[in-house]
Amino acid sequence: MDHSSLAGRIFRGIALALVLVFFMFPIVWIFLMSFQTNEQILRIPPHILFEPTLANYQALISGQLRTTAGNLEISFIRNLMNSFALSSAAVVLALLLGVPAAYAFARFKFRLGETIAFTLLSFRFAPPLLVLLPLSLYYQQLGLNDTYFGIVWVYQLIALPLILWIVRGYFEDISPDIEHAYRLAGHSWREAFTRIAVPLAGPGIAAAGLLSFIFCWNNFVFALILASADKQPVTVGALAFVTASGIQYGQIAAAIVLSVTPTLLLALYAQRYLVEGLSLGAVKG
Amino acid sequence: MARLELNAVGKSFGPVRCADDLSLAVEPGEIVAVFGPSGSGKTVLLRMIAGMFEPDKGDILVGGQSIVGAPPERRGIGMAFQNFALFPHMSAQDNIASGLRAKAAAGEVASRVKSISRLLKIEHVLGHMPRELSNGQKQRTALARALIGNPEVLLLDDPLRNVDAKLRYEMRLELPNLLRRSSAAVLYVTQDYREAMAIADRIAVLIDGRLVQIARPEEIYARPASVAVARLFGDPSINLAEVEPVAGQGSFNAQVAGTAVRLEAADREAADLGPCWLGVRPDDLVVTRQAGENAIPARIVAITPMHEKAVLLLRFSDGSEWLAALPQDSSMASAEDGVFVCFAPEAALLFDRATGLRVGLPYRRQAA
Repeated sequence: MDHSSLAGRIFRGIALALVLVFFMFPIVWIFLMSFQTNEQILRIPPHILFEPTLANYQALISGQLRTTAGNLEISFIRNLMNSFALSSAAVVLALLLGVPAAYAFARFKFRLGETIAFTLLSFRFAPPLLVLLPLSLYYQQLGLNDTYFGIVWVYQLIALPLILWIVRGYFEDISPDIEHAYRLAGHSWREAFTRIAVPLAGPGIAAAGLLSFIFCWNNFVFALILASADKQPVTVGALAFVTASGIQYGQIAAAIVLSVTPTLLLALYAQRYLVEGLSLGAVKG
Repeated sequence: MARLELNAVGKSFGPVRCADDLSLAVEPGEIVAVFGPSGSGKTVLLRMIAGMFEPDKGDILVGGQSIVGAPPERRGIGMAFQNFALFPHMSAQDNIASGLRAKAAAGEVASRVKSISRLLKIEHVLGHMPRELSNGQKQRTALARALIGNPEVLLLDDPLRNVDAKLRYEMRLELPNLLRRSSAAVLYVTQDYREAMAIADRIAVLIDGRLVQIARPEEIYARPASVAVARLFGDPSINLAEVEPVAGQGSFNAQVAGTAVRLEAADREAADLGPCWLGVRPDDLVVTRQAGENAIPARIVAITPMHEKAVLLLRFSDGSEWLAALPQDSSMASAEDGVFVCFAPEAALLFDRATGLRVGLPYRRQAA
């Protein structure tokens, strides 16, 4: 865009800056809040300059929440670890199930295929509360209530459809001839899947895995109903900051910073990988 | 080496019959071109042999053994795809090496990749990824991959479709030698009749899922089985006129655009002819300014210079139009001229109008 006019470039710069401020401001503000005490936060008008404190982070990491009404035990770090474990396990399981399923849906026509694929997709737009009540009854009967496996399983409602539909599109974009060529060269169906289809759909699988990780991480209502305190993720754990003596804004901000950081880093890292060129050039378009 | 044999192979996709009673045998070391217009079922045929579809009917044999139902990897077939189908995440070297189905030792793989790539002149790009290769190099890489395993049957799906004209001419010269070296039974699909005639030992003409004619290239050109085949071979394509030949003394007479034309009657089966198409190739027409026997008056409507020859669009008095291909230096330069069109009686082909099949008149190519 070297040939655009100076005015155009200035305008584009201003527009970009506005958009950036709009999206980045909440994050910056939360970041600043996490280093302030409750009093500093609630000051009117708010101050940009303040004396930073690490008390919020200390409270989170030590698990001791000091309020005016006394000391409170919180298990934020445990919640954070739960979030990690639950989301990762859910994504790994969804990838193991979803990638072969996506391949089947992309490559083979079978009876009720589209119906099954669409039913799986419909899990994404059914309101979670609708399924939660019957699900909690089932879970009690099956003994899955308040187990890690139970939550990982219910997270499949989030992760599996997403992975299935995104990865299916990537598989469909790969020319079947490429796989045929590999098979004719003396390789089995399984080898064509693992050595050709999966590597070529790699960026798509990574994107789908990342997205479903974020969706699982952000989920609130499933774990709220189906798990007790020691198995709950950070989204539910944040409720602990609403205490009898008021809302602990400083700790909430610190908790948000801590819980957003992993997904943010993951997204930044994966973005580099995602934009890496796909299979362009091998097949004449 | 093994012979490839198709026995009454049939395949339908819903109501569409893509292959209907196809029977064909390709000897080891022989190149048979499968030629037909797009949508005639050429690719389906190749894919049935390669094992991507199974035929509904009939049998496919390699070296006398049926391969129907066997997975693609056990059929002993090499294939080059029209879209190259290179593995985008592997270098040219790995692409070619993947074609070695036997788990050969690493050193042997390297040496065989080297020798086949030397043959195809792609040694210098072995380290490149497919996206860094030109179309010609991609196509050669795909060929090398198909050839390296010494397959018994080699299927080439219009391999020159996506390469530029210069390379296409080059490959038309190189390919037959290269293919004969492998002594595989080669099935070569193409939509270009020139390519089929240049490369193949025999041509199988496929129209609407049926093999209409299987013969040597010059045979197909000289004695097309039907009017449809005659139309496919030749550029510009063959001129046709509706005629109703009347048997005369040792000859036929037919009216072409109101002018009586004498046709040679060498064949007894032609004795009782119904309505026919009279076909004359543009190359066999002679355009003169003198009236004479078999000379049909016409006007030149347009002249298209095409390098070594000129194509004349001629209109007869009844409004029908023919094309004539003449040497460029002929004196028929200006349009709008009244001229006469002649052809040798033996240059005419007759096709039954009801069936489209050629009726037995001999055809001899005119001496140039």
